[in-house]
Amino acid sequence: MKTGDVKLAFIVTKLPYKSETSRLAITHALSYQTVEVLLEDNQTITPSLIFVDEGVLNCIKNHKSMEHYELTSVETHLKNALLVEMDIYVCKESIEKFGVLPERIVNAEDIGAEKSIKIVSKDEIKEIIKRADHLLYF
Amino acid sequence: MGYLTIGCFASLTGSMNYDFLLRLSKAAQRKGHRVSIWFSGNGSSSIKKGQKILKDYSHGEKHLRELISNGVEICVCESCAYARGIMKEDVIEGAKWSAMHWFLSKIYEADRVLLIGGE
Repeated sequence: MKTGDVKLAFIVTKLPYKSETSRLAITHALSYQTVEVLLEDNQTITPSLIFVDEGVLNCIKNHKSMEHYELTSVETHLKNALLVEMDIYVCKESIEKFGVLPERIVNAEDIGAEKSIKIVSKDEIKEIIKRADHLLYF
Repeated sequence: MGYLTIGCFASLTGSMNYDFLLRLSKAAQRKGHRVSIWFSGNGSSSIKKGQKILKDYSHGEKHLRELISNGVEICVCESCAYARGIMKEDVIEGAKWSAMHWFLSKIYEADRVLLIGGE
């Protein structure tokens, strides 16, 4: 039986709201919080969320999806992920390409999260991916 | 033999991704590999029983029943199914009904993980 930690890298390349793909990436990653009920004591899963290309547009703050679509925002899910201390990375080159300034990236300070989304280069993302046991490409 | 876990986010019709999933799963199972399939997002509606076979459309039920009878483990995301008006009693016999952590637990055991679909 396999034991130890399995690292999962959720790579998100899709826009928010146009499809449910990016939302599903985040909610699947968040489910690591309850997977322990299906694993043994010596088995753990550590997910990380990595936003690249158009996927970085998920990470712009002040979503109004509840107001416009009566839908929980992707931003809420990201904040919850930060609150449970998930590692979240956004590609530096991609946000520069779309003209997104670092101060526009979601944070969860208002709900007491100590973690924040890290802006990292493509080279750093390659290293994170190398350390992962499985990639899940959304 | 290996263990393959597949996440299917593709809808039954609209692309050939779903058909690829079925063929790949059958091929892996025939070669003696263990296979688990997780249906989520638009993939979740494909586990509904009572599908009509129309030659112009992909169909899943017959193939999913065959996979289940050959030992392939199939599970649908309950939230995704509920959101599409599909209740537990609507699901093909033998398919499991669970939450997203089921998929993660299968990934834990897997040698290889594939995601199929997702628009």
